[in-house]
Amino acid sequence: MAVGPASIARPAPVAGRPITLRGLLEREGVFSWIMLTPGVLFLLAFVAYPFFYGIFLSLEEHPVARAGRFVGFANFVILAHDGVFWQVTRNTFMYVAVTTVFKLLGGFAMALVMNQSFRGRNLTRAFLLLPFIVPTALSTVAWMWILDPTFSIVNWLLVHGGVITSGYSWLGNASLAMWSLIVVNTWRGMPFYGITLLAGLQTISPDLYEAAAIDGATTTQRFLYVTLPVIKPVLIIVTMFSVIFTFGDFQLIYALTHGGPANATHVFSTWAFDIGMSGGQLGMGAAVALAILPALVVLIVGLTIYLRRE
Amino acid sequence: MVGGHDLATRIRRLYLPLAAFLVLMLFPFYWMLITSIKPNRELYNARIMPLIVHQPTLKHYVDLLTETNFLTWTYNTMLVAVVTTAVSVVLGTMMAYPLARMRFPGAAVVAIGVAATYLVPQPLLFIPMSDIINRLELGNTLTAVMLTYPTLLIPFCAWLLMGYFKSVPRELEEAARIDGASRFQAMVRIVLPLCTPGLLSAGIFAFTLAQNEFLYALIFLAKSEVRTVPVGAITELIRGDVFYWGQLMAAALLGSVPVAIIYSFFVDYYVAGLTAGAVKN
Repeated sequence: MAVGPASIARPAPVAGRPITLRGLLEREGVFSWIMLTPGVLFLLAFVAYPFFYGIFLSLEEHPVARAGRFVGFANFVILAHDGVFWQVTRNTFMYVAVTTVFKLLGGFAMALVMNQSFRGRNLTRAFLLLPFIVPTALSTVAWMWILDPTFSIVNWLLVHGGVITSGYSWLGNASLAMWSLIVVNTWRGMPFYGITLLAGLQTISPDLYEAAAIDGATTTQRFLYVTLPVIKPVLIIVTMFSVIFTFGDFQLIYALTHGGPANATHVFSTWAFDIGMSGGQLGMGAAVALAILPALVVLIVGLTIYLRRE
Repeated sequence: MVGGHDLATRIRRLYLPLAAFLVLMLFPFYWMLITSIKPNRELYNARIMPLIVHQPTLKHYVDLLTETNFLTWTYNTMLVAVVTTAVSVVLGTMMAYPLARMRFPGAAVVAIGVAATYLVPQPLLFIPMSDIINRLELGNTLTAVMLTYPTLLIPFCAWLLMGYFKSVPRELEEAARIDGASRFQAMVRIVLPLCTPGLLSAGIFAFTLAQNEFLYALIFLAKSEVRTVPVGAITELIRGDVFYWGQLMAAALLGSVPVAIIYSFFVDYYVAGLTAGAVKN
């Protein structure tokens, strides 16, 4: 590489100086765009193009491996009259809403417990995060076995603890299956909330608590008027991101219930997979997938506005 | 001597809830482990106390490694994860650097574009993507997933690294440039070394996300020889009416080991990446 001697400082560009390649590369605009181009092209080809192609597909009747036929909004009209579509909509919103509340409350509790000083705190933190880092499909397989209709350990514990007399079919019963999914998603996502909120809590200066205590604040008051205001931005950002990605959740549901029994646990992503991939109806599948877009746009715009304001 | 009262408070406020969280979070892993070393006669006998292993065996592991394609799947998973992580960290760095430190026309549009691609969920893309991959005739190749995983990882890496790049004072770079370094040299020799923790965080995160990827692998990899561990386990080790749980748990445990090892070495960087902003959940 051609590095000039340190003593020769490059003079500021003077008008009329010939344009050299090196001089060109030193311009902020040129340098920036050379660096950006590979990534931008990649994202245009494999994110932007599929996204718009998906919108186009949703307006077609398009069996896999055959040419599509433009049908306008026919797919959406059919969906709007399909009871399953509305069931899937309810399932998706219930899944996202209930898991978010559980993850938020559980994660906050975890963060508050972990925010006390004790020996082995870092090690404990590492262990608590394990559900979040292990590949979801693999940990979900363990949950399938935990919830097995015949040999469920949960049933064994409940029966032997005298809580129930005979075991439940956790994944075979429509309403239990949804709650099972919610429990597994909460198990996996709670550490994410716990550890990020813990990081937020650790930025609170102990002086603030001392000042509040001197002013006679109770534990509850200190939580409400010191902890919450300081941690609010972290809380909102973590929750928004978690909600956005829970909307897109696929593998946990696909692995655990496949959307069953009788569509009771289908969400947009798994139902779109069934229609588009297993059923080979690309157009209808794309239309189902697009149904999450409105909720998503609201969330993303909300998040952007919030981040701008901070 | 601080009286028993303090200890009681500490047990109530710290040790009891902590123990509850640990048991809740770690029980599935314990269950994976003991299921994988139980003989079938213990697994499928409801009268035997299931919480402990009475006669441990490695049979499920031997069967998994000799009778299934598990080793091939592991190789595929590692290959794809390493390649996509490397590509994503490099391209992510190249995008984050100018976005964090330069002023140029179009910066705002690119920044918004990166954020948007980061937040677009996979379910919105996988159906059109499957058609594109089919038309490129890349079905059942690892190239298909190597092309698609970075769509998740590049925006993530760029997003994470922008924060780190912004934190390096501009004066350091200017000093190097006054000494004759080009913009590129100032980046590679001054700014990037200072951001090593950020690069490590991005790399470890991208690696765990790549190991976790499931949807694209499920769609594109239909042949056993090209499958990854999560897809192989879900599609091939679950065999309807046969008792297969020991083998399946052995696969789940072994499949989690690479991520767990990397994670245990770099847990602080992982947590730093997690808390540096926002993260795929």
